[in-house]
Amino acid sequence: MARRVLIKGNEAIAMGAIEAGCRFYFGYPITPQNEIPEYMSMAMPKLGGTFLQAESEVASINMLLGAAATGARVMTSSSSPGISLKQEGISYLAGSQIPGVIVNMSRSGPGLGGIHPSQGDYFQSTRGGGHGDYRTLVLAPSTAQENYDLTMLAFDLAEKYRNPVMILGDALIGQIKEPVELKSYRKKPQDKPWALTGAKGRHGQILKSLFLADGELTDHNWMLAKKYKSMEKEVRFETYRAEDAQLMLVAFGSVGRILKTSVDILREKGKAVGLLRPITVYPFPKQAVRQAAEEAKALMVMELNTGQMVEDVKLAAECACPVDFYGRPPGSIPTPDELAKEAMKVWRKRGLK
Amino acid sequence: MYFDTIIAGFGGQGVLLMGNVLAYAAMHAGKQVTYMPVYGVEMRGGTANCTVVISDRPVGSPIIHEPVSAVVMNRPSAEKFGPMVKKKGQVFVNASLIKEGQFTTRAKTVCWVPTMELASDIGNRRLANMVMLGAVVQGGGMLTIQQVADALSGALDPRYHKMIPANVGALKAGARFISEQKAAKKG
Repeated sequence: MARRVLIKGNEAIAMGAIEAGCRFYFGYPITPQNEIPEYMSMAMPKLGGTFLQAESEVASINMLLGAAATGARVMTSSSSPGISLKQEGISYLAGSQIPGVIVNMSRSGPGLGGIHPSQGDYFQSTRGGGHGDYRTLVLAPSTAQENYDLTMLAFDLAEKYRNPVMILGDALIGQIKEPVELKSYRKKPQDKPWALTGAKGRHGQILKSLFLADGELTDHNWMLAKKYKSMEKEVRFETYRAEDAQLMLVAFGSVGRILKTSVDILREKGKAVGLLRPITVYPFPKQAVRQAAEEAKALMVMELNTGQMVEDVKLAAECACPVDFYGRPPGSIPTPDELAKEAMKVWRKRGLK
Repeated sequence: MYFDTIIAGFGGQGVLLMGNVLAYAAMHAGKQVTYMPVYGVEMRGGTANCTVVISDRPVGSPIIHEPVSAVVMNRPSAEKFGPMVKKKGQVFVNASLIKEGQFTTRAKTVCWVPTMELASDIGNRRLANMVMLGAVVQGGGMLTIQQVADALSGALDPRYHKMIPANVGALKAGARFISEQKAAKKG
Protein backbone atom coordinates (compact mmCIF):
# COMPACT_ATOMS: atom_id res chain seq x y z
CA MET A 1 0.00 0.00 0.00
CA ALA A 2 1.19 3.51 -0.77
CA ARG A 3 2.65 5.37 2.18
CA ARG A 4 0.87 8.58 3.22
CA VAL A 5 3.15 11.35 4.48
CA LEU A 6 2.81 15.00 5.48
CA ILE A 7 5.33 16.89 3.34
CA LYS A 8 5.93 20.27 1.76
CA GLY A 9 5.06 20.79 -1.89
CA ASN A 10 8.74 21.29 -2.65
CA GLU A 11 9.67 18.03 -0.94
CA ALA A 12 6.96 16.26 -2.96
CA ILE A 13 8.67 17.46 -6.16
CA ALA A 14 12.04 16.12 -5.02
CA MET A 15 10.55 12.80 -3.88
CA GLY A 16 8.60 12.38 -7.12
CA ALA A 17 11.75 13.02 -9.14
CA ILE A 18 13.76 10.45 -7.20
CA GLU A 19 10.95 7.89 -7.45
CA ALA A 20 10.92 8.43 -11.24
CA GLY A 21 14.63 7.62 -11.39
CA CYS A 22 16.17 11.09 -11.41
CA ARG A 23 19.76 10.68 -10.19
CA PHE A 24 21.24 14.03 -11.22
CA TYR A 25 20.18 17.35 -9.74
CA PHE A 26 21.88 20.65 -10.46
CA GLY A 27 20.66 23.85 -8.85
CA TYR A 28 21.35 27.16 -7.23
CA PRO A 29 19.47 28.37 -4.11
CA ILE A 30 16.55 30.79 -4.21
CA THR A 31 13.43 31.24 -2.06
CA PRO A 32 10.76 29.78 -2.20
CA GLN A 33 12.05 26.48 -3.64
CA ASN A 34 15.02 25.76 -1.36
CA GLU A 35 13.49 22.58 0.08
CA ILE A 36 14.04 20.93 -3.33
CA PRO A 37 17.85 21.26 -3.34
CA GLU A 38 17.87 20.67 0.43
CA TYR A 39 16.10 17.34 -0.01
CA MET A 40 18.20 16.40 -3.02
CA SER A 41 21.42 17.18 -1.15
CA MET A 42 20.41 14.69 1.55
CA ALA A 43 18.90 11.99 -0.67
CA MET A 44 21.18 11.85 -3.71
CA PRO A 45 24.45 10.74 -2.04
CA LYS A 46 22.62 7.81 -0.39
CA LEU A 47 21.33 6.69 -3.81
CA GLY A 48 24.65 7.02 -5.57
CA GLY A 49 23.24 10.03 -7.41
CA THR A 50 24.65 13.49 -7.90
CA PHE A 51 23.57 16.64 -6.12
CA LEU A 52 25.52 19.66 -7.23
CA GLN A 53 25.08 23.26 -6.15
CA ALA A 54 26.42 25.10 -9.17
CA GLU A 55 28.02 28.55 -9.21
CA SER A 56 24.96 30.02 -10.93
CA GLU A 57 21.64 29.22 -12.58
CA VAL A 58 23.31 29.45 -16.00
CA ALA A 59 25.84 26.81 -14.97
CA SER A 60 23.17 24.52 -13.50
CA ILE A 61 20.98 24.47 -16.64
CA ASN A 62 24.03 23.70 -18.78
CA MET A 63 25.04 20.91 -16.39
CA LEU A 64 21.52 19.56 -16.87
CA LEU A 65 21.99 19.75 -20.65
CA GLY A 66 25.25 17.83 -20.48
CA ALA A 67 24.02 15.10 -18.16
CA ALA A 68 20.68 14.71 -19.96
CA ALA A 69 22.50 14.32 -23.29
CA THR A 70 23.79 10.97 -21.98
CA GLY A 71 20.20 9.74 -21.52
CA ALA A 72 20.07 10.22 -17.74
CA ARG A 73 17.04 11.61 -15.93
CA VAL A 74 18.05 15.09 -14.78
CA MET A 75 16.28 17.91 -12.97
CA THR A 76 16.97 21.49 -12.00
CA SER A 77 14.76 23.85 -10.05
CA SER A 78 14.61 27.54 -9.31
CA SER A 79 12.20 30.43 -8.92
CA SER A 80 11.31 33.24 -11.30
CA PRO A 81 14.52 35.37 -11.48
CA GLY A 82 16.59 32.17 -11.57
CA ILE A 83 14.37 30.69 -14.30
CA SER A 84 14.95 33.81 -16.40
CA LEU A 85 18.69 33.08 -16.16
CA LYS A 86 18.12 29.50 -17.30
CA GLN A 87 16.26 30.48 -20.47
CA GLU A 88 19.28 30.34 -22.76
CA GLY A 89 19.91 26.74 -21.71
CA ILE A 90 16.24 25.82 -22.08
CA SER A 91 16.29 27.15 -25.64
CA TYR A 92 19.39 25.02 -26.35
CA LEU A 93 17.66 21.95 -24.85
CA ALA A 94 14.67 22.54 -27.13
CA GLY A 95 16.86 23.12 -30.19
CA SER A 96 19.01 20.05 -29.47
CA GLN A 97 15.97 17.93 -28.49
CA ILE A 98 17.39 16.98 -25.11
CA PRO A 99 14.88 16.04 -22.41
CA GLY A 100 15.07 17.58 -18.95
CA VAL A 101 12.78 18.66 -16.13
CA ILE A 102 12.85 22.27 -14.97
CA VAL A 103 10.87 23.31 -11.90
CA ASN A 104 9.75 26.91 -11.45
CA MET A 105 8.27 27.58 -8.00
CA SER A 106 7.54 31.06 -9.15
CA ARG A 107 7.68 34.18 -7.02
CA SER A 108 6.73 37.73 -7.78
CA GLY A 109 8.40 39.99 -10.30
CA PRO A 110 9.34 41.75 -12.44
CA GLY A 111 13.02 41.95 -11.60
CA LEU A 112 14.01 40.64 -8.20
CA GLY A 113 10.40 41.30 -7.17
CA GLY A 114 9.60 39.54 -3.92
CA ILE A 115 8.96 36.11 -2.46
CA HIS A 116 5.14 36.20 -2.60
CA PRO A 117 3.29 33.66 -4.72
CA SER A 118 2.64 34.88 -8.26
CA GLN A 119 1.50 33.51 -11.61
CA GLY A 120 3.35 36.22 -13.51
CA ASP A 121 5.53 33.66 -15.33
CA TYR A 122 2.64 32.15 -17.33
CA PHE A 123 3.65 33.85 -20.57
CA GLN A 124 7.33 33.02 -20.11
CA SER A 125 6.54 29.36 -19.45
CA THR A 126 3.96 28.76 -22.17
CA ARG A 127 5.62 30.75 -24.96
CA GLY A 128 8.97 29.03 -24.79
CA GLY A 129 10.71 31.63 -22.64
CA GLY A 130 14.06 31.86 -24.38
CA HIS A 131 14.94 32.79 -27.94
CA GLY A 132 13.70 30.92 -30.99
CA ASP A 133 10.46 29.31 -32.16
CA TYR A 134 10.00 26.56 -29.57
CA ARG A 135 7.70 25.35 -26.80
CA THR A 136 8.14 23.48 -23.57
CA LEU A 137 5.51 21.18 -22.10
CA VAL A 138 4.25 22.93 -18.96
CA LEU A 139 2.53 21.17 -16.04
CA ALA A 140 0.77 23.28 -13.41
CA PRO A 141 0.18 21.38 -10.14
CA SER A 142 -2.22 22.70 -7.49
CA THR A 143 -1.56 20.33 -4.57
CA ALA A 144 1.44 18.64 -2.98
CA GLN A 145 0.05 15.35 -4.31
CA GLU A 146 0.05 16.71 -7.86
CA ASN A 147 3.59 17.96 -7.35
CA TYR A 148 4.60 14.37 -6.67
CA ASP A 149 2.53 12.79 -9.46
CA LEU A 150 3.23 15.38 -12.15
CA THR A 151 6.98 15.35 -11.51
CA MET A 152 7.01 11.65 -12.34
CA LEU A 153 4.93 12.37 -15.44
CA ALA A 154 7.28 15.22 -16.41
CA PHE A 155 10.20 12.80 -16.83
CA ASP A 156 8.11 10.49 -19.02
CA LEU A 157 6.90 13.33 -21.24
CA ALA A 158 10.38 14.85 -21.49
CA GLU A 159 11.75 11.57 -22.85
CA LYS A 160 8.72 10.79 -24.99
CA TYR A 161 9.07 14.10 -26.86
CA ARG A 162 12.80 14.68 -26.30
CA ASN A 163 11.86 18.09 -25.01
CA PRO A 164 12.29 20.17 -21.84
CA VAL A 165 9.28 19.92 -19.51
CA MET A 166 8.55 22.67 -17.04
CA ILE A 167 6.68 22.33 -13.77
CA LEU A 168 5.06 25.67 -13.04
CA GLY A 169 4.12 26.07 -9.39
CA ASP A 170 4.32 29.10 -7.16
CA ALA A 171 5.41 29.94 -3.62
CA LEU A 172 2.10 28.67 -2.22
CA ILE A 173 2.35 25.33 -4.03
CA GLY A 174 5.98 24.94 -2.93
CA GLN A 175 5.55 25.90 0.72
CA ILE A 176 2.22 24.23 1.51
CA LYS A 177 2.50 21.09 3.60
CA GLU A 178 -0.23 18.48 3.12
CA PRO A 179 -0.73 14.72 2.97
CA VAL A 180 0.79 12.98 -0.03
CA GLU A 181 0.39 9.36 -1.05
CA LEU A 182 3.78 8.09 -2.19
CA LYS A 183 2.81 5.95 -5.16
CA SER A 184 5.43 3.77 -6.80
CA TYR A 185 6.79 4.59 -10.24
CA ARG A 186 6.13 1.65 -12.54
CA LYS A 187 7.06 2.74 -16.08
CA LYS A 188 9.80 0.77 -17.85
CA PRO A 189 12.80 2.75 -19.06
CA GLN A 190 12.62 3.73 -22.73
CA ASP A 191 15.30 3.12 -25.34
CA LYS A 192 17.26 6.27 -26.07
CA PRO A 193 19.15 5.66 -29.31
CA TRP A 194 19.87 9.40 -29.54
CA ALA A 195 21.79 9.50 -26.26
CA LEU A 196 25.53 10.18 -26.21
CA THR A 197 26.82 7.03 -24.56
CA GLY A 198 30.21 6.63 -26.30
CA ALA A 199 30.48 5.50 -29.93
CA LYS A 200 31.94 2.06 -29.29
CA GLY A 201 30.49 -0.33 -31.87
CA ARG A 202 28.42 2.31 -33.61
CA HIS A 203 28.79 5.51 -35.61
CA GLY A 204 29.37 8.70 -33.72
CA GLN A 205 26.39 11.01 -33.20
CA ILE A 206 25.90 14.57 -32.07
CA LEU A 207 23.24 16.58 -30.27
CA LYS A 208 23.29 20.19 -31.42
CA SER A 209 21.16 23.23 -32.08
CA LEU A 210 23.39 24.86 -34.71
CA PHE A 211 22.27 24.20 -38.29
CA LEU A 212 24.11 26.22 -40.95
CA ALA A 213 23.67 24.16 -44.12
CA ASP A 214 21.25 25.43 -46.74
CA GLY A 215 17.66 24.64 -45.73
CA GLU A 216 18.74 22.56 -42.74
CA LEU A 217 17.34 24.92 -40.11
CA THR A 218 14.06 25.31 -41.99
CA ASP A 219 13.56 21.55 -41.92
CA HIS A 220 14.59 21.43 -38.25
CA ASN A 221 12.05 24.08 -37.30
CA TRP A 222 9.25 22.39 -39.24
CA MET A 223 10.08 19.11 -37.59
CA LEU A 224 9.96 20.78 -34.16
CA ALA A 225 6.65 22.47 -35.03
CA LYS A 226 5.12 19.08 -35.91
CA LYS A 227 6.39 17.71 -32.63
CA TYR A 228 4.79 20.54 -30.65
CA LYS A 229 1.52 19.91 -32.51
CA SER A 230 1.72 16.22 -31.60
CA MET A 231 2.04 17.17 -27.91
CA GLU A 232 -1.58 18.33 -27.96
CA LYS A 233 -2.73 14.82 -27.07
CA GLU A 234 -1.06 15.29 -23.67
CA VAL A 235 -3.67 17.88 -22.64
CA ARG A 236 -4.80 17.43 -19.06
CA PHE A 237 -7.40 19.38 -17.10
CA GLU A 238 -9.83 18.97 -14.22
CA THR A 239 -13.41 20.12 -13.96
CA TYR A 240 -15.14 20.73 -10.63
CA ARG A 241 -18.93 20.96 -10.25
CA ALA A 242 -19.02 21.93 -13.92
CA GLU A 243 -22.32 20.19 -14.70
CA ASP A 244 -24.96 22.70 -15.87
CA ALA A 245 -22.65 25.63 -14.92
CA GLN A 246 -23.84 28.96 -16.26
CA LEU A 247 -20.66 30.68 -15.17
CA MET A 248 -17.48 28.64 -15.66
CA LEU A 249 -14.41 29.82 -13.78
CA VAL A 250 -11.03 29.04 -15.35
CA ALA A 251 -7.86 29.05 -13.23
CA PHE A 252 -4.66 27.05 -12.83
CA GLY A 253 -2.33 26.14 -9.95
CA SER A 254 -2.86 27.83 -6.59
CA VAL A 255 -5.88 29.89 -7.73
CA GLY A 256 -7.37 26.71 -9.18
CA ARG A 257 -7.41 25.06 -5.76
CA ILE A 258 -8.65 28.15 -3.88
CA LEU A 259 -11.54 28.47 -6.36
CA LYS A 260 -12.85 25.01 -5.48
CA THR A 261 -13.92 26.43 -2.13
CA SER A 262 -15.36 29.51 -3.89
CA VAL A 263 -17.41 27.21 -6.15
CA ASP A 264 -18.71 25.37 -3.05
CA ILE A 265 -19.70 28.72 -1.49
CA LEU A 266 -21.53 29.79 -4.66
CA ARG A 267 -23.23 26.42 -5.20
CA GLU A 268 -24.55 26.56 -1.64
CA LYS A 269 -26.19 29.86 -2.61
CA GLY A 270 -27.80 28.10 -5.56
CA LYS A 271 -25.58 29.67 -8.23
CA ALA A 272 -24.64 27.32 -11.05
CA VAL A 273 -20.91 28.04 -11.04
CA GLY A 274 -18.22 25.52 -12.01
CA LEU A 275 -14.47 25.36 -12.42
CA LEU A 276 -12.22 24.31 -15.28
CA ARG A 277 -8.61 23.91 -14.13
CA PRO A 278 -5.95 23.40 -16.81
CA ILE A 279 -3.27 20.98 -15.54
CA THR A 280 -1.20 21.31 -18.71
CA VAL A 281 -0.95 25.01 -19.57
CA TYR A 282 1.08 24.09 -22.65
CA PRO A 283 -0.49 22.34 -24.46
CA PHE A 284 -3.49 24.44 -23.41
CA PRO A 285 -6.84 22.60 -23.06
CA LYS A 286 -8.37 24.50 -25.98
CA GLN A 287 -11.16 22.05 -26.75
CA ALA A 288 -12.32 21.86 -23.14
CA VAL A 289 -12.45 25.66 -22.94
CA ARG A 290 -14.24 25.87 -26.29
CA GLN A 291 -16.81 23.34 -25.11
CA ALA A 292 -17.29 25.24 -21.83
CA ALA A 293 -17.75 28.45 -23.81
CA GLU A 294 -20.54 26.80 -25.79
CA GLU A 295 -22.27 25.23 -22.81
CA ALA A 296 -21.95 28.04 -20.21
CA LYS A 297 -23.31 31.58 -20.50
CA ALA A 298 -20.01 33.18 -19.50
CA LEU A 299 -16.41 32.32 -18.65
CA MET A 300 -14.34 34.05 -16.00
CA VAL A 301 -10.58 33.71 -15.67
CA MET A 302 -8.83 34.35 -12.36
CA GLU A 303 -5.06 34.60 -12.00
CA LEU A 304 -2.35 35.86 -9.63
CA ASN A 305 -1.26 38.37 -12.26
CA THR A 306 -2.86 41.18 -14.24
CA GLY A 307 -3.99 39.02 -17.17
CA GLN A 308 -2.03 36.31 -18.99
CA MET A 309 -3.85 32.96 -19.30
CA VAL A 310 -7.01 34.96 -20.05
CA GLU A 311 -5.56 35.49 -23.56
CA ASP A 312 -5.40 31.73 -24.16
CA VAL A 313 -8.93 31.33 -22.84
CA LYS A 314 -10.21 34.05 -25.18
CA LEU A 315 -8.43 32.45 -28.15
CA ALA A 316 -9.88 29.05 -27.28
CA ALA A 317 -13.40 30.38 -26.61
CA GLU A 318 -13.49 31.95 -30.08
CA CYS A 319 -16.11 34.45 -28.94
CA ALA A 320 -18.64 31.68 -28.22
CA CYS A 321 -19.42 33.48 -24.94
CA PRO A 322 -18.11 36.51 -23.02
CA VAL A 323 -14.82 36.07 -21.09
CA ASP A 324 -14.32 38.16 -17.94
CA PHE A 325 -11.19 38.45 -15.84
CA TYR A 326 -10.12 39.04 -12.25
CA GLY A 327 -6.42 39.39 -11.52
CA ARG A 328 -4.46 39.83 -8.32
CA PRO A 329 -0.91 41.17 -8.57
CA PRO A 330 1.61 39.92 -5.97
CA GLY A 331 1.20 41.00 -2.34
CA SER A 332 -1.69 38.99 -0.94
CA ILE A 333 -3.48 35.74 -1.70
CA PRO A 334 -7.20 36.14 -2.38
CA THR A 335 -9.51 34.19 -0.07
CA PRO A 336 -12.25 31.87 -1.35
CA ASP A 337 -14.82 34.43 -0.15
CA GLU A 338 -13.18 37.29 -2.03
CA LEU A 339 -13.06 35.28 -5.25
CA ALA A 340 -16.68 34.20 -4.79
CA LYS A 341 -17.62 37.90 -4.52
CA GLU A 342 -15.70 38.67 -7.73
CA ALA A 343 -17.52 35.83 -9.47
CA MET A 344 -20.85 37.24 -8.26
CA LYS A 345 -20.01 40.61 -9.84
CA VAL A 346 -19.67 38.86 -13.21
CA TRP A 347 -22.78 36.77 -12.47
CA ARG A 348 -24.81 39.99 -12.10
CA LYS A 349 -23.05 41.85 -14.93
CA ARG A 350 -23.91 39.03 -17.33
CA GLY A 351 -27.51 38.85 -16.07
CA LEU A 352 -27.26 35.20 -15.01
CA LYS A 353 -30.03 33.59 -12.96
CA MET B 1 -16.00 19.63 10.64
CA TYR B 2 -13.87 22.67 9.88
CA PHE B 3 -11.13 24.27 11.96
CA ASP B 4 -8.39 26.71 11.15
CA THR B 5 -5.82 28.52 13.25
CA ILE B 6 -2.86 30.86 12.98
CA ILE B 7 -0.15 29.89 15.47
CA ALA B 8 2.30 32.72 16.13
CA GLY B 9 5.13 33.70 18.44
CA PHE B 10 8.87 34.29 18.74
CA GLY B 11 11.15 32.10 16.67
CA GLY B 12 12.36 29.43 19.10
CA GLN B 13 9.08 29.15 21.02
CA GLY B 14 8.16 26.14 18.94
CA VAL B 15 5.20 27.60 17.07
CA LEU B 16 6.03 25.81 13.81
CA LEU B 17 6.39 22.52 15.68
CA MET B 18 2.95 23.03 17.24
CA GLY B 19 1.48 23.47 13.77
CA ASN B 20 3.34 20.46 12.43
CA VAL B 21 2.19 18.18 15.25
CA LEU B 22 -1.41 19.37 14.87
CA ALA B 23 -1.34 18.85 11.08
CA TYR B 24 0.26 15.44 11.43
CA ALA B 25 -2.34 14.34 13.97
CA ALA B 26 -5.13 15.56 11.68
CA MET B 27 -3.74 13.53 8.78
CA HIS B 28 -3.65 10.41 10.95
CA ALA B 29 -7.21 11.04 12.09
CA GLY B 30 -8.23 10.85 8.41
CA LYS B 31 -8.91 14.56 8.00
CA GLN B 32 -8.02 16.83 5.10
CA VAL B 33 -5.32 19.21 6.29
CA THR B 34 -2.91 21.91 5.14
CA TYR B 35 -0.01 23.52 7.00
CA MET B 36 1.47 26.75 5.68
CA PRO B 37 4.52 28.33 7.33
CA VAL B 38 5.99 31.76 6.79
CA TYR B 39 9.01 31.17 4.58
CA GLY B 40 10.90 34.45 4.40
CA VAL B 41 13.71 35.70 6.61
CA GLU B 42 12.56 34.21 9.90
CA MET B 43 15.14 33.60 12.63
CA ARG B 44 15.45 32.84 16.34
CA GLY B 45 14.17 35.84 18.29
CA GLY B 46 12.21 37.14 15.30
CA THR B 47 8.54 36.35 14.80
CA ALA B 48 7.26 33.20 13.15
CA ASN B 49 3.82 31.86 12.36
CA CYS B 50 2.02 29.10 10.56
CA THR B 51 -1.53 28.42 9.49
CA VAL B 52 -3.19 25.03 9.90
CA VAL B 53 -6.53 24.17 8.26
CA ILE B 54 -8.34 20.95 9.19
CA SER B 55 -11.52 19.88 7.42
CA ASP B 56 -13.63 16.95 6.29
CA ARG B 57 -13.57 18.46 2.77
CA PRO B 58 -10.54 19.24 0.59
CA VAL B 59 -8.87 22.47 1.72
CA GLY B 60 -8.98 25.19 -0.95
CA SER B 61 -6.84 27.91 0.56
CA PRO B 62 -4.09 27.19 3.08
CA ILE B 63 -3.88 30.93 3.84
CA ILE B 64 -6.61 32.45 6.02
CA HIS B 65 -7.33 36.17 6.48
CA GLU B 66 -10.11 35.78 9.08
CA PRO B 67 -9.23 32.69 11.11
CA VAL B 68 -11.60 30.75 13.33
CA SER B 69 -8.88 30.77 15.97
CA ALA B 70 -5.45 32.17 16.72
CA VAL B 71 -2.78 30.95 19.09
CA VAL B 72 -0.58 33.83 20.21
CA MET B 73 2.57 33.06 22.14
CA ASN B 74 3.95 36.62 22.43
CA ARG B 75 2.69 40.21 22.49
CA PRO B 76 3.55 41.22 18.88
CA SER B 77 1.64 38.16 17.65
CA ALA B 78 -1.35 39.01 19.84
CA GLU B 79 -1.37 42.55 18.47
CA LYS B 80 -1.15 41.34 14.89
CA PHE B 81 -3.45 38.30 14.85
CA GLY B 82 -5.88 39.02 17.73
CA PRO B 83 -7.90 41.53 15.68
CA MET B 84 -8.14 39.15 12.68
CA VAL B 85 -10.03 36.34 14.44
CA LYS B 86 -13.73 35.88 13.59
CA LYS B 87 -16.39 37.13 16.04
CA LYS B 88 -17.46 33.61 16.90
CA GLY B 89 -13.84 32.51 17.12
CA GLN B 90 -11.36 31.74 19.85
CA VAL B 91 -8.03 33.30 20.80
CA PHE B 92 -5.59 31.21 22.84
CA VAL B 93 -3.28 33.59 24.66
CA ASN B 94 0.06 32.79 26.29
CA ALA B 95 -0.76 34.40 29.65
CA SER B 96 2.86 33.98 30.79
CA LEU B 97 4.00 36.74 28.41
CA ILE B 98 0.84 38.68 27.47
CA LYS B 99 -1.31 40.75 29.82
CA GLU B 100 -4.92 41.85 29.49
CA GLY B 101 -5.39 45.07 27.55
CA GLN B 102 -2.30 44.52 25.43
CA PHE B 103 -4.25 43.55 22.31
CA THR B 104 -7.72 43.79 20.79
CA THR B 105 -9.97 41.11 19.38
CA ARG B 106 -13.60 40.66 18.32
CA ALA B 107 -13.45 36.99 19.27
CA LYS B 108 -16.14 35.81 21.68
CA THR B 109 -13.80 33.43 23.50
CA VAL B 110 -10.37 34.35 24.82
CA CYS B 111 -8.50 31.59 26.68
CA TRP B 112 -5.67 32.80 28.91
CA VAL B 113 -3.25 29.90 29.32
CA PRO B 114 -0.31 30.31 31.73
CA THR B 115 1.84 28.05 29.56
CA MET B 116 5.19 28.52 31.29
CA GLU B 117 3.78 28.11 34.78
CA LEU B 118 1.92 24.94 33.79
CA ALA B 119 5.05 23.65 32.06
CA SER B 120 7.12 24.42 35.18
CA ASP B 121 4.61 22.46 37.27
CA ILE B 122 5.33 19.36 35.22
CA GLY B 123 9.06 19.97 35.39
CA ASN B 124 10.19 21.63 32.14
CA ARG B 125 9.42 25.22 31.10
CA ARG B 126 10.45 24.43 27.54
CA LEU B 127 7.29 22.35 27.13
CA ALA B 128 5.21 25.56 27.14
CA ASN B 129 4.34 25.11 23.45
CA MET B 130 2.98 21.59 24.01
CA VAL B 131 0.97 22.80 27.01
CA MET B 132 -0.57 25.39 24.70
CA LEU B 133 -1.24 22.81 22.00
CA GLY B 134 -3.07 20.67 24.56
CA ALA B 135 -5.21 23.69 25.47
CA VAL B 136 -5.94 24.43 21.80
CA VAL B 137 -7.00 20.85 21.06
CA GLN B 138 -9.21 20.70 24.16
CA GLY B 139 -10.71 24.14 23.49
CA GLY B 140 -11.01 23.79 19.71
CA GLY B 141 -12.36 20.24 19.76
CA MET B 142 -11.08 19.39 16.27
CA LEU B 143 -9.20 16.30 17.48
CA THR B 144 -8.76 14.39 20.71
CA ILE B 145 -5.71 14.74 22.95
CA GLN B 146 -5.05 11.04 22.40
CA GLN B 147 -4.94 11.54 18.61
CA VAL B 148 -2.36 14.29 19.03
CA ALA B 149 -0.34 12.24 21.53
CA ASP B 150 -0.34 9.29 19.12
CA ALA B 151 0.97 11.52 16.32
CA LEU B 152 4.08 12.64 18.22
CA SER B 153 6.23 9.67 17.20
CA GLY B 154 5.58 10.40 13.52
CA ALA B 155 5.82 14.16 13.75
CA LEU B 156 9.00 14.37 15.83
CA ASP B 157 12.49 13.52 14.68
CA PRO B 158 13.62 10.16 16.19
CA ARG B 159 16.33 12.09 18.10
CA TYR B 160 13.60 13.52 20.32
CA HIS B 161 11.51 10.38 20.80
CA LYS B 162 12.75 10.00 24.38
CA MET B 163 10.94 13.28 25.08
CA ILE B 164 7.55 11.93 23.95
CA PRO B 165 6.26 11.01 27.45
CA ALA B 166 7.10 14.52 28.72
CA ASN B 167 5.35 16.04 25.69
CA VAL B 168 2.26 13.92 26.26
CA GLY B 169 2.27 15.12 29.87
CA ALA B 170 2.40 18.70 28.65
CA LEU B 171 -0.49 18.17 26.20
CA LYS B 172 -2.58 16.71 29.03
CA ALA B 173 -1.68 19.56 31.41
CA GLY B 174 -2.90 22.12 28.85
CA ALA B 175 -6.09 20.17 28.17
CA ARG B 176 -6.76 19.77 31.92
CA PHE B 177 -6.39 23.53 32.42
CA ILE B 178 -9.07 24.25 29.79
CA SER B 179 -11.43 21.61 31.24
CA GLU B 180 -11.05 23.05 34.73
CA GLN B 181 -11.70 26.57 33.45
CA LYS B 182 -14.87 25.42 31.72
CA ALA B 183 -16.02 23.56 34.82
CA ALA B 184 -15.33 26.62 37.00
CA LYS B 185 -17.39 28.82 34.65
CA LYS B 186 -20.32 26.42 34.76
CA GLY B 187 -20.09 26.04 38.52
